[in-house]
Amino acid sequence: MKTVILKLKRFLDGLFEDPLKLVDDVTDSSGLPVVPDQKTGDPIWVDVREIRMRYTIPIKGVYPYIDSLRKGRLAAAKCRSCGKIYFPPQKDCPRCRVSDMEVHYLSPEGELVTWTVINVKPLSFMHHKDYVVGIVRLRDGINVLAWIDIDDPAKLDVGVRMRLVVDKRPDENYITYWFKPA
Amino acid sequence: MRNVAIVGVGISRYGYRSDSNLAELAWEAINEALNDAGAGVEDIDTYIVGNTGVWSSEPLPAVVIGEYAGLQPKNGIRVEAACATGLAATRTGYSLIASGEADVVLVVGVEKMNESTTPQVVELIGRAGNYFWEFENFGLTFPGYYAMYATAYMKRYGATEEDLCMVAVKNHHYASLNPKAHFQKRITVEECMSSRYVAWPIKLYDSSPITDGAAALILASEDVAGKFTDSPIWIRSWGYANGTSNLSRRSDFIGFESTVVASRMAYRRAGIDPDNPVKFFDVVTVHDAFTIAEIIGMGDLGLAKRGEEYKLVREEQTYIGGLIPVNVDGGLKGKGHPIGATGVGMIVDLVKQLQQRADKGRQAPISKGMALAHNVGGTGHYVFTAVLSVDKP
Repeated sequence: MKTVILKLKRFLDGLFEDPLKLVDDVTDSSGLPVVPDQKTGDPIWVDVREIRMRYTIPIKGVYPYIDSLRKGRLAAAKCRSCGKIYFPPQKDCPRCRVSDMEVHYLSPEGELVTWTVINVKPLSFMHHKDYVVGIVRLRDGINVLAWIDIDDPAKLDVGVRMRLVVDKRPDENYITYWFKPA
Repeated sequence: MRNVAIVGVGISRYGYRSDSNLAELAWEAINEALNDAGAGVEDIDTYIVGNTGVWSSEPLPAVVIGEYAGLQPKNGIRVEAACATGLAATRTGYSLIASGEADVVLVVGVEKMNESTTPQVVELIGRAGNYFWEFENFGLTFPGYYAMYATAYMKRYGATEEDLCMVAVKNHHYASLNPKAHFQKRITVEECMSSRYVAWPIKLYDSSPITDGAAALILASEDVAGKFTDSPIWIRSWGYANGTSNLSRRSDFIGFESTVVASRMAYRRAGIDPDNPVKFFDVVTVHDAFTIAEIIGMGDLGLAKRGEEYKLVREEQTYIGGLIPVNVDGGLKGKGHPIGATGVGMIVDLVKQLQQRADKGRQAPISKGMALAHNVGGTGHYVFTAVLSVDKP
């Protein structure tokens, strides 16, 4: 369990183990995977088939920008023809109808535009404590959405100065980016 | 282009519907709509199913419902636009008739969200935006996206969490008068304020619930509408627009550009003054997935001055008897938000309002004969607006 990938898989397996064990026992003893609904008592057929989805996402078109994270830099794509900066980066400039982009390293400094604290988490983030997500306008005028590393979110306000960090996220152990108050 | 009338409406009971599967739920609404129109399945030329799915087991809802409802071999397809699926499906049905392709179209919106656990549903809706850049690394949730609008709006204009709760109080009030609504109880500002945060500053009572439900419409061309009813409601105009998938590509977080664009399109096509739309409508629905959504929606639609929307709520101007009645069916907040059914359910209620047959205690006075439906998909990712009228266009 070196990174979040296997850690999360084991966490999710554990989460579903007990309820599934119950359905397994009921199915074995009654002959059908039918249990009473927890709220209403209505008979519910629990799917005997499980679907596991893990997408494989092509990034060839934006690889230079993803790869720059390994160098500790967050990069946008800049159209060599019209100069427009795209973040998130993309391979093609629909304005110029050309695909001639260069790596544009984003300024690590900016100001907080808005934020929230995620209290009720999605399944694949349930292993985390509450986390703060914000949008920061960087000096280049580009907005970046990311977590904000702060102990007390009550200290945040619109316009608070932020600094971008590109590093391995603790516990998850893969490279991503987040903000810290400057 | 031909005029299109709504000649029958039906809606299932919204809520936690562990008693019904997808097709049974859809039939509950379809049957009521057919009865309302005095029509049979044989009258339907083609049908559209609004369904987002993913949390429910059937991947081909249009064929499953077609078989169950005895529509087969008639053709039907699924239309999807996140939480705006309902009005998107209605727009597709409308276009089939307006273009002359069909005379009578059944539109049914249906969602069975409770086939999956709440954490799974939170995950799936959280992915509704830009999965790779805003979810994969940052685990946003649906309330989380809206919370970023709430933070920015409240900081800029001085609205409080109590103001947001007042929207919930109003919508629960009307839901308590709507026997089909998910929530049947009224709430107080204090109860709302003491509910737990789901995505600060959004609390549980600011949020629409995870709902199962269905709603259906029978649409007919002006050539055949008279066969079904003497009091059709007409679809006067449509407006639609999209927002960026990445929230980071938006400039401010105090409103949806997509709602502004969509509503101005609908107003222009219906001859409505965009500077004063309030004076044209008897009643409106504003997509209140969260209480903040109703507030910013009112500003985006031009129903209130930007930054002053919450003051109208404070002054109870959005109740019946106020300046403009908003979400008197209970809204998504109180009536429930079965994703694919929501927009269709809005139309069902506005039709009943315009025909003056809404439930006791929540009938708006009808004098202008026009109503507005506003259905948002995601966080301003899709917006559809529809203007309905008693008079034929």
